[in-house]
Amino acid sequence: MPRVSYRSFRVWQRNRDVFFRLWKAELAPYLIEPIFILAAMGFGLGAYIGLIGGQTYLQFIVPGIVASYAMFTATFECTYGSYVRMEHQKTYDAIIATPVNIEDVIGGEIFWAATRSLLTACIILLVAFAFVHTLSPFAVLIPIVTVLEGLMFGSLAMVFTSITPSITAYNYYFTLFLTPMFFFSGVFFPLVSMPVVVQRLAWFLPLTPVVTLDRALISGELTPGLLAELGFILGLIVVLFTTSLITMRRRLIK
Amino acid sequence: MAAIIEARGVVKRYKGFTAVAGVDFSVQAQECFGFLGPNGAGKTTLMRMITCVYPLSEGVLLVDNRDVMKEPRAIKAVLGVVPQEENLDPDLTVLQNLLVYARYFDIPKEVARRRALELLELFQLLDRQRSRIDTLSGGMKRRLLIARALINEPKILILDEPTAGLDPQARHLVWRKIRYLKGQGVTMILSTHNMEEAAHLCDRLVIMDQGRILVEDRPVNLIRQYVGQEVLELRLDTVGKSHVLRQLQSYNVSIEDVGDTLYVFSNDGGLLPEQLMVEGGDVVRRQATLEDVFLRLTGRELKE
Repeated sequence: MPRVSYRSFRVWQRNRDVFFRLWKAELAPYLIEPIFILAAMGFGLGAYIGLIGGQTYLQFIVPGIVASYAMFTATFECTYGSYVRMEHQKTYDAIIATPVNIEDVIGGEIFWAATRSLLTACIILLVAFAFVHTLSPFAVLIPIVTVLEGLMFGSLAMVFTSITPSITAYNYYFTLFLTPMFFFSGVFFPLVSMPVVVQRLAWFLPLTPVVTLDRALISGELTPGLLAELGFILGLIVVLFTTSLITMRRRLIK
Repeated sequence: MAAIIEARGVVKRYKGFTAVAGVDFSVQAQECFGFLGPNGAGKTTLMRMITCVYPLSEGVLLVDNRDVMKEPRAIKAVLGVVPQEENLDPDLTVLQNLLVYARYFDIPKEVARRRALELLELFQLLDRQRSRIDTLSGGMKRRLLIARALINEPKILILDEPTAGLDPQARHLVWRKIRYLKGQGVTMILSTHNMEEAAHLCDRLVIMDQGRILVEDRPVNLIRQYVGQEVLELRLDTVGKSHVLRQLQSYNVSIEDVGDTLYVFSNDGGLLPEQLMVEGGDVVRRQATLEDVFLRLTGRELKE
């Protein structure tokens, strides 16, 4: 049975300390790229696009950009980041020689991934706020949704890391899974404009409920249906987090 | 004296392969206990079971009177582990490596800092405390690994090939530090295939092969028992060899024939017969070493 203790915080602290040492290189990509996208799509493309549900195009894509870059952040952390620590640096081996066990390590890694998502989302939100002045007060709940999102995508990435044969295999994860999700989860256009089949498929992509929630929190149009989206995310966290602990133990402890 | 590590019938099986095939041993407090064996003998697997990383397939293993299968956290809290494969944290500086590691043991910040600086001083790394790990030499990394293993003031220090790949200067410095720690009363488990190291540091040792313990004793006793005090080493061509073999028949000695070399050992554990002299070839009469014991017991063919 998985045994995560408070000691996962020690692993979180280790990652935090490293982050503060290298923060410029760590932060820049997650900051600059979304700002380019907001500028290019929001102002450039947005100038040719009429209002979507009463919102400007820029307003429409902000929640999607926040959600997708939070997803990318958590994913990078628990794919390439974790893989290098596990296989190349042997950091996990060093840590599990102490009272910290492997479940604590994996838990700490995922909690850190969620923290990074939170950081990315907050920065994009602050930048976006400079352009979009009509945020609903419910937008203050976005950080909470983002932490859940980070836990979900961090766990999912960790499950993939536990079975990946080599670092190049992440190409599949990114091109076949993350990139389609980026385009078909309602980030850039409402899903209703897509064929019904695509809409159904999109519903199963874990980014879709996050985008829906973030968008509702920014526009302030809350509906009871959002609870189902939240439930879907919470359910995935429980399943994926638990799975990642089991599959990582299987990979590392023989 | 009380045993600090006790192994009874310890077995480790991986899928379709037995790495450790039932071993028994006990390590006394404050002794340096060695595990010798060729590659694949099961030493590292055994180390990983002692350090609660791999579970046992069978048997009982008690470390500091606790069962490794039941109380891994409590056991790991009193162990210091120096791994074979260098795994310092390259994302952190030298000093941070020690401080972050101390935190895994829940050692308070001020205590950790004091100990870290003391250890860096002991291991002659104080002036490198702000260095990045990849700028350190092999010997410095090794010393830092040992320093890191001591941050929790362990009761038992586990050293897996502590000097592998080091130049003689660095190796002797590491040995000096290990002897110093032994003098401080730290119990040590040393896994190695460096015979000089084992003979030098271990109070008692076992020689393992194919997952089993072949012998267990003090290094001197092993040498005396299995090869005697002296060895005669003869390098010969085929013609010379049959000639020499005939000459040796009249002595009470045992002979090992390894292609171009003959090794001659006394049978009674003492010196070779004074009058033993052979003609022809390249002859060396030398003191017997642990390496002779090792090769006699585990064979001379490559273990891969």
